[in-house]
Amino acid sequence: MLTLVGEDRPGIVAGVTQALFDGGCNLGETSMMRLGGVFTIMMMTQHDGTTQSLKNIVQPVAKRLCLRFHVDNIEGRLHDHVEPEVRISVFGADRAGIVAQATGALADAGFNILHLESDVAGSEDKPIYIMQIEGVAQKGVEAVRKALETVAKEGIETSIEPIDTLIG
Amino acid sequence: MAVLEILTYPDERLKLTSDPVERFDQRLLSFIRDMEDTMRAGPGSVGIAASQVGRNIRVVIVDVSGKPDIKNHGKLTLVNPEIIQWDGLAVGREGCLSVPDYTGNVIRAEKIVVKAQDETGGQCEYEMEGFEARAAQHEIDHLDGLLFLDRLVSRRNDLFRRKVYKRSKHVNPGESNQEG
Repeated sequence: MLTLVGEDRPGIVAGVTQALFDGGCNLGETSMMRLGGVFTIMMMTQHDGTTQSLKNIVQPVAKRLCLRFHVDNIEGRLHDHVEPEVRISVFGADRAGIVAQATGALADAGFNILHLESDVAGSEDKPIYIMQIEGVAQKGVEAVRKALETVAKEGIETSIEPIDTLIG
Repeated sequence: MAVLEILTYPDERLKLTSDPVERFDQRLLSFIRDMEDTMRAGPGSVGIAASQVGRNIRVVIVDVSGKPDIKNHGKLTLVNPEIIQWDGLAVGREGCLSVPDYTGNVIRAEKIVVKAQDETGGQCEYEMEGFEARAAQHEIDHLDGLLFLDRLVSRRNDLFRRKVYKRSKHVNPGESNQEG
């Protein structure tokens, strides 16, 4: 797993992925997004060499684009998707602890998070926090619904809906 | 019973526009039976289009009756289907027999009215909503060479987009017995 972060600017994805391609690497699932002015990349990178030889491929382009990076040697599996069955939204006036509180309650209710995105919106003096979570309710949807009710009592709004994936 | 081979992306044949059915004969009926067998053989599939098995004719089957607690018309064979009314928008997750191992969010009309012929050529019209309407739109897209991949929206759109609802009057009271 190759992780890179650095101040956002045009050309980061193109520069990094071209260097990897030229170095004989093959990419799998990736996540790339701008978070608060910083561009973040996590990529499943297939490389027939050592951790160090992959670092050697990335080093020049990371330096040129002012990116920090690191490599975790993992056994990544493609075609290993787990379908989310529940979608949860959590939002409210921003304050510290929303994520910890909500996800703590979800974990206790046996909820396994597959995907989470959160954002701070609103204005600078009245920020709001918005979080969208998809995952699997291992102890059932009712348990998750109850857990969210306890979170909602503390000034946060929550909603939960099943994801009924249509296969056609 | 014959389970046909499902074409999978990037097979170019999935991008073809299908031709209207003109002859309603025994051959058509037999092909439709094979389509249904193929749909039932796929895990959890609620629809299939002829183009998914390599026949470019305007035939789809939709059957969401296996899902609990949703409005549906049972198994529907739609020949030369045409969506004549749309209402509302909703985001939902879709996958496809022709795109294994991937699902994504797609915006579809919440309610539609579909005009079609049945397998013997008789005219019919259905008012559909929710999951069944989504399934019909997904399958009819196949007839125009479109996959759900052509309509993906990002997960980030989700929270606000799915609240965009429009309510409207019944356009076709005669077909609204599903409300009961």
